[in-house]
Amino acid sequence: MVVGPDASISDQVPVGQPPAEAEGPQKAIEGRSLGQIAWRRLKRDKAAMAGGIVIILLILIAIFAPLIVNAWGYDPNSFHQETMDPATQAPTSTFPFGSFDPKHLMGVEPPFGRDIFSRVLYGARISLLIAFLATLLSVIIGATLGVIAGYLGGWVDWVISRAMDLFLAFPILVFAIALAGVIPDKAFGLSGDTLRIVLLIFIIGFFNWGYMARIVRGQTLSLREREFVDAARSLGARSGYILRKELLPNLVAPILIYATLLIPTNILFEAGLSFLGVGIRPPTATWGGMLSEAVRYYTMPHFMFWPGLAIFITVLAFNLFGDGLRDALDPKTR
Amino acid sequence: MVAYIIRRLFGAVLTLLIVSMITFGIFYLVPRWAGGTANDLASRYVGRTANPEQVAEAAHGLGLDKPFFVQYWDWLQAIFVGRDFAFGATQAHCPAPCLGYSFIGRNPVLPDILDRLPVTASLAFGAAIIWVIFGVATGVVSALKRGSIFDRAAMGIALGGVSLPIFWTGLVSLVIFSYTLHWTKPGGAYTPIEQNPGEWAYSLLLPWITLALLFSAAYARLTRAGMLETMGEDYIRTARAKGLRERTVVTKHGLRAALTPIATIFGLDVGLLMGGAVLTESTFSLPGIGKYAIDAINANDMPKVMGFVIFAAGFVVIANLIVDVVYAVIDPRVRLA
Repeated sequence: MVVGPDASISDQVPVGQPPAEAEGPQKAIEGRSLGQIAWRRLKRDKAAMAGGIVIILLILIAIFAPLIVNAWGYDPNSFHQETMDPATQAPTSTFPFGSFDPKHLMGVEPPFGRDIFSRVLYGARISLLIAFLATLLSVIIGATLGVIAGYLGGWVDWVISRAMDLFLAFPILVFAIALAGVIPDKAFGLSGDTLRIVLLIFIIGFFNWGYMARIVRGQTLSLREREFVDAARSLGARSGYILRKELLPNLVAPILIYATLLIPTNILFEAGLSFLGVGIRPPTATWGGMLSEAVRYYTMPHFMFWPGLAIFITVLAFNLFGDGLRDALDPKTR
Repeated sequence: MVAYIIRRLFGAVLTLLIVSMITFGIFYLVPRWAGGTANDLASRYVGRTANPEQVAEAAHGLGLDKPFFVQYWDWLQAIFVGRDFAFGATQAHCPAPCLGYSFIGRNPVLPDILDRLPVTASLAFGAAIIWVIFGVATGVVSALKRGSIFDRAAMGIALGGVSLPIFWTGLVSLVIFSYTLHWTKPGGAYTPIEQNPGEWAYSLLLPWITLALLFSAAYARLTRAGMLETMGEDYIRTARAKGLRERTVVTKHGLRAALTPIATIFGLDVGLLMGGAVLTESTFSLPGIGKYAIDAINANDMPKVMGFVIFAAGFVVIANLIVDVVYAVIDPRVRLA
């Protein structure tokens, strides 16, 4: 097959970005790819880097939660009745806010005395797993449909665009609540936590592709008319080739940016569903589920403080990193 | 303009039809795919207390053993002409427009929803006013004083605001302002506006602020970005060169253009707001339609949930239609597209 102009060359055509900063007079001028330029910008953005580091830490915590808890904590579902006052059902801990006890770092939950620290750690696993995989699903659906709509145009574009509008305007949470509520406890050959996790990934991913599709469609529409695509086409490249080799490399940046910004939305989404009791079922530890149990024990604020803080830090870290990534990859939006 | 409205109206009807199919699919098809039988489904309509014979009878009486398109047609028809249910000792009539009949509560669903609508509407309306004013004002000032301490502080808080789950801010503010300081009403307190408007606003103050915080953060960020873009346009320089006062330039020339995308987002957010209302109502125990749906899920009373979903979806479609038409009035270019 006749090869069109090298996609990596078109990648390097600077799109309105300033020439690489001088590093000192002695250094020779060197070519930098868009990725290198973006990475240099990102490194200078302290907030984004902080967000990135927190994200890496969170991922490590999620992966190694069982090890951490084994070494330095309690099983997330074991009861510690001895830490509870049988009369008031309140923790007997004398530490401030019932937390910062070296034995139970974040205190214990009323009424059974489950260790909040290990529950928050285990909550990170569920939260990140669902958010990542749901985002992946949205990206696959959204990017595919967006590229198809933008590239093919015509009635295909019309149908996909209407579907996009529909999903964008939908009360997503309402439908998710309904869908999560109607699925029986055993379904699709799965049951228990596995079923709920798969279900939530599917629901959140499936209802959230609209925005991604809109971004990708818009980008494809403008890329389609660019000279290097014309050149490839005039050299006889077929649609499949143009999509993969000419358009897709140029779509990586927007897809990456909005995927990063979709993750925090999905974390909040999962927490919301679990808070409402239609997400992951108790006793499995989730941040949203812990908050919904904390509602009844508002006199013990530490119970709602830690899972809430966990959600906040996680979502903020992804938002900071996503914003930084956007500024680094697409300086025009700054 | 008339042609545009007719076109949008046609689109809205089509959307409603698709939405009704999706809703029907969620409640009737998905449980079947998931491996449920007609009897499993029926038990979600008559509650957990029914015995197997009653459930089987209900499954037949509800027509759950019929082909899907017949079931869909029966269900769709009920919205326009009402429906009679008869199985065993149960004789029920659900008058049009019938969005479902709760066999547990023994009443049609729609009147329940309409009863609770004022609560949700009050919540949404008040919060929307707060967030639009507060969010847009913050965004404008941030954009005009770009890089200032105010800008950086406001954008920092806004980023924090969009990162906070609404049910957590709700809980924390309840603990602080209601249970500890006793400044605001406790959760679950709601006074209808026709009883006492002052009490009404007072009882909703905390939910309003909580719900508005999330949205005003997003709107401040959007408005700031929009203002930065428009204030760099040539016509702004022209307006200044004409000798217009800075205030006129900002409000008449800058803000007007920056607000058009905000109007679109506002239309889309009506759907989000429905979801936000569910979470806010659950957090503050407000007796609105969102709380109604969550209570119904916990009671396994599916007709109520289904009624809520179709009602909420229909509401969003109609709200979007209105926003589209208003948008066409603001920005004539839309009509030509």
